[in-house]
Amino acid sequence: MKSSVITFPGSNCDRDMDVALKKFGFNNKMVWHDDNELPKSDLVVLPGGFSYGDYLRCGSMASKSKIMQSVINFAKSGGLVMGICNGFQILVETGLVPGVLLRNKYLEFICKNVFVKLDNKENTYFKNLNKDVLEFHIAHNEGNYFCTKDQLKEIKDNNQIAIYYCNSEGKIEDQYNPNGSIKNIAGIFNKEKNVLGMMPHPERMIDQSLSGEDGSIFFKNLINNIK
Amino acid sequence: MKVSAIITLKKDVLDPQGKVIHQALDGMGFENISEVRQGKYFEIDVNEDDPSKAKAVVEDMCKKLLANLVIENFKIIETQ
Amino acid sequence: MEVNEQIAIDHGLKSDEYKKICQLLKRIPNITELGIFSAMWNEHCSYKSSRLHLKKLPTKGKKVIQGPGENAGVIDIEDGDAIVFKIESHNHPSFIEPYQGAATGVGGIMRDVFTMGARPIANLNSIHFGSPQHKKTKNLLRGVVHGIGGYGNCMGVPTIAGQTSFDSSYNGNILVNAMTLGLVKKNKIFYSKAAGLNKPVIYVGSKTGRDGIHGASMASASFDEKIEEKKPTVQVGDPFTEKLLLEACLELMSGDSIIAIQDMGAAGLTSSSIEMASKGNLGIEIDLNKVPCRETKMTPYEIMLSESQERMLIVLENGKEEIAKKIFDKWNLDFAVIGKTTNSKNIELFFNREQVAKIPVNILVENSPMYDRKWKKSKLPKKNKIKNEVLNKLKIKDVLKKVLSNQNICSKEWIWQQYDHTVMGDTIQKPGGDSGVVRIHGTNKAVAASVDSSAVYCWAHPLTGGKQVVAESWRNLISVGATPIAITNCLNFGSPEKEESMGEFVECVQGIGEASKYLNFPVVSGNVSFYNQTKEVGIKPTPSIGGVGLIKDYAKMISMDLKEIDNLVLIIGKTEGHIDQSLFARTILDEKNGPPPEVNLFNEKNNGETILNLIDKGYVKSAHDISLGGLLVAISKMCIKGNKGIKISKSKNLINEIEYFFAEDQGRYLIEVNKDDLKEVTKILNKNSVHHEELGIITQNDMIINEKTKVTIDELKSYYTNWLLKFMS
Repeated sequence: MKSSVITFPGSNCDRDMDVALKKFGFNNKMVWHDDNELPKSDLVVLPGGFSYGDYLRCGSMASKSKIMQSVINFAKSGGLVMGICNGFQILVETGLVPGVLLRNKYLEFICKNVFVKLDNKENTYFKNLNKDVLEFHIAHNEGNYFCTKDQLKEIKDNNQIAIYYCNSEGKIEDQYNPNGSIKNIAGIFNKEKNVLGMMPHPERMIDQSLSGEDGSIFFKNLINNIK
Repeated sequence: MKVSAIITLKKDVLDPQGKVIHQALDGMGFENISEVRQGKYFEIDVNEDDPSKAKAVVEDMCKKLLANLVIENFKIIETQ
Repeated sequence: MEVNEQIAIDHGLKSDEYKKICQLLKRIPNITELGIFSAMWNEHCSYKSSRLHLKKLPTKGKKVIQGPGENAGVIDIEDGDAIVFKIESHNHPSFIEPYQGAATGVGGIMRDVFTMGARPIANLNSIHFGSPQHKKTKNLLRGVVHGIGGYGNCMGVPTIAGQTSFDSSYNGNILVNAMTLGLVKKNKIFYSKAAGLNKPVIYVGSKTGRDGIHGASMASASFDEKIEEKKPTVQVGDPFTEKLLLEACLELMSGDSIIAIQDMGAAGLTSSSIEMASKGNLGIEIDLNKVPCRETKMTPYEIMLSESQERMLIVLENGKEEIAKKIFDKWNLDFAVIGKTTNSKNIELFFNREQVAKIPVNILVENSPMYDRKWKKSKLPKKNKIKNEVLNKLKIKDVLKKVLSNQNICSKEWIWQQYDHTVMGDTIQKPGGDSGVVRIHGTNKAVAASVDSSAVYCWAHPLTGGKQVVAESWRNLISVGATPIAITNCLNFGSPEKEESMGEFVECVQGIGEASKYLNFPVVSGNVSFYNQTKEVGIKPTPSIGGVGLIKDYAKMISMDLKEIDNLVLIIGKTEGHIDQSLFARTILDEKNGPPPEVNLFNEKNNGETILNLIDKGYVKSAHDISLGGLLVAISKMCIKGNKGIKISKSKNLINEIEYFFAEDQGRYLIEVNKDDLKEVTKILNKNSVHHEELGIITQNDMIINEKTKVTIDELKSYYTNWLLKFMS
């Protein structure tokens, strides 16, 4: 399976994603933001980091970079595009997924483990996963998901909510919401479910020596679903 | 009464955000730019009818909180 | 502008230093030259008050590749890998503008590390604030934490450990010390020594603005009421540009274009160009019109003294300019050939085709002043006699609650949760443990790092305090199973012109030297920050020690969380009941006098090495060193982290129970062992003559002390975690 990770000048989770994808069997290529052509891929990943310093709005300038036109075309033709953390912010800025990501409610960067509840398994990302709650890791300053009432209704009607922040038992309550996201939303799909944006970093959870191993479950399942 | 204030970086202070926005605009084809500086804009509704008093209150806010006078300047631009 | 003595004094030079300059130059310097002298001869760059004493520190060892004198120290971690590391202060700027001051401190230290060719793999920090009651403390803490996070997080380098303390002596002068570790191949280390004639000198990174002009001089001036006037000198950091600079430099370094490289830190272009020329015993010629400037009409004086961040100076091999330029263009950074190396042994500056400065390099460096300042020896204070009646009135649980929730002991999670500590995917021990640990990517090795200081001990008796900090750093590395290799030190003191402060400095350095020599734990890098005082009041002497150690097989790493019910917890090292200068004495008894606990280096070494041996054999399930707060605090933290209880059996010790539990005797650890291994463990401890005793047995929940005091895990957690959250909300 072929994957591509886009490196923006200020990406800093690109290597971590590369390590994770390769560990679980992807043949991964790193693609420079200033390139025009996307290599043939089964999956394109926009990694975390601070693409252009995250000045103005997070992800805003990255969404205008050269390679993004190819990524947008790839997504529109049904290709799998996953944006993690800053990658999610970039996806939002391109309009591939709805909503915006605001500054965290308590105005502080948060780096810790969180639990997320899967809402929809009818897609390539989560199909066949035998768990409903995963322990992932977040590290962000702007992950406070927001959308208008109408948008919220629409994404609910279309089953576009991918994951919610919750506790280890899967309870979705305000106290388990780390950043103030509307309805505890941690990740969403586009309408067609081939584009996924999420704040948590599965690539930081691929080894027992690190924060945990639920990332491994996610990646193993993902490559099996693509095969 | 509504008072508006603009906070800008002092002239000689580096503005990393402005610099990168400038580069991005350049890249998008807006070539005719010599500099971009980013600032903040506040609209404050003060319970005060006298414009000069309202202005004075906001000025005080700027000095004490809204602006970081080490690196920023402020300007009260409008009262209505 | 005609230079005279008054102008020199306004630049922070002393009257006789100005006379010496005129004498050495055989003329009066012009204003640009005066600025260069003032930057090179101030305390920050010249170490004029400290050099004499720093020379006495042990800096060599089998594992030392590079000791002090370069951008950072380098140690060997085998298999062709090396770790580059250093700690540095950014105290004064952080007090004036906490966010930018702390951010640029972190940026500066990371540049020091990647200048040597190493990719930063971990950040640490040691930050010290005034009393929590002081009106500025909260905002300074918030600003500094945001600044450290803002820079480190954007760079994508994990912040893996740190230390935070509060003491009223920092009310008007906080401390912000930042440390970085980088990884490099032993045969790809870059140095700042220029070599060869007519080699192009290039400038890369950000443009030069009027930031921080005289920042280095500011760092050497104590705060007074005129502080407001110094405000415009604060630099603004741009972590995004630094990230680009890091990637661009490492890309250029993968080839063979670079002869020498030096970052522009304190005193910017001045110190970087002079250092490269001085080390290479060469001259350097710079055309200031070629320096990329951000502002219009910048004068030679301003260009030379600007402290704009994220800039580097490089001496290239001839003909490599195009290759280098292409890389810096790719990363959208400024690139300019601004001069060349010469054989004149002068620094020569040109502006608008005129020579604006010409100074022999050796005058600036070798002839810089060195002072043997007067200093006062301190006496070991007399021990306090604490009456048993006073102690017997206290209830253990009440004392534990107060001590565990004290601002200098309680959990600092609010702080480190704001630092990305997991980026790069190799952090295997997060902040909150004895040391932070990161794997060497793609290997079975890991490096552990910790940063420590004990200002209270250093204040009570500098010699003992100096030894203690090094010993504590050593213990923190041992506790995670790392073999200690070397240290870096950041020496924060008051004015060297005051005999008391100078005495504190001299004797702390002596203590650091003795301990690091005995423990074979050499000093490979560091920095001195003097004049940490407001008006007449100096801070408590605060040497911060950053220690680095190696774990050869990270599967053997140890953490402090209790692992298994029914396992035993042993106390390693003897508890004598030393209460003076303990947190208990200061907070519960309100007793601030007396000597700090004695440091027995033989025991430190022996206990530490024996524990490493036990760890290597797989007998140690968890470990923690006993330091601030004493025994009961140490075991409480292990219970909290492991979410387990402990039944503490009655100590057979003759000393009073309170003294037993809250004394801060040195050289002690707690280790968890399996019952079945106890015999073998005891045999090894006895064979090495290591004092040990049993503390208790691990249980499901609740800490039960001598069958009469019960503290639940939830109570322990609430004591430990609430203070800082409440303070910051």
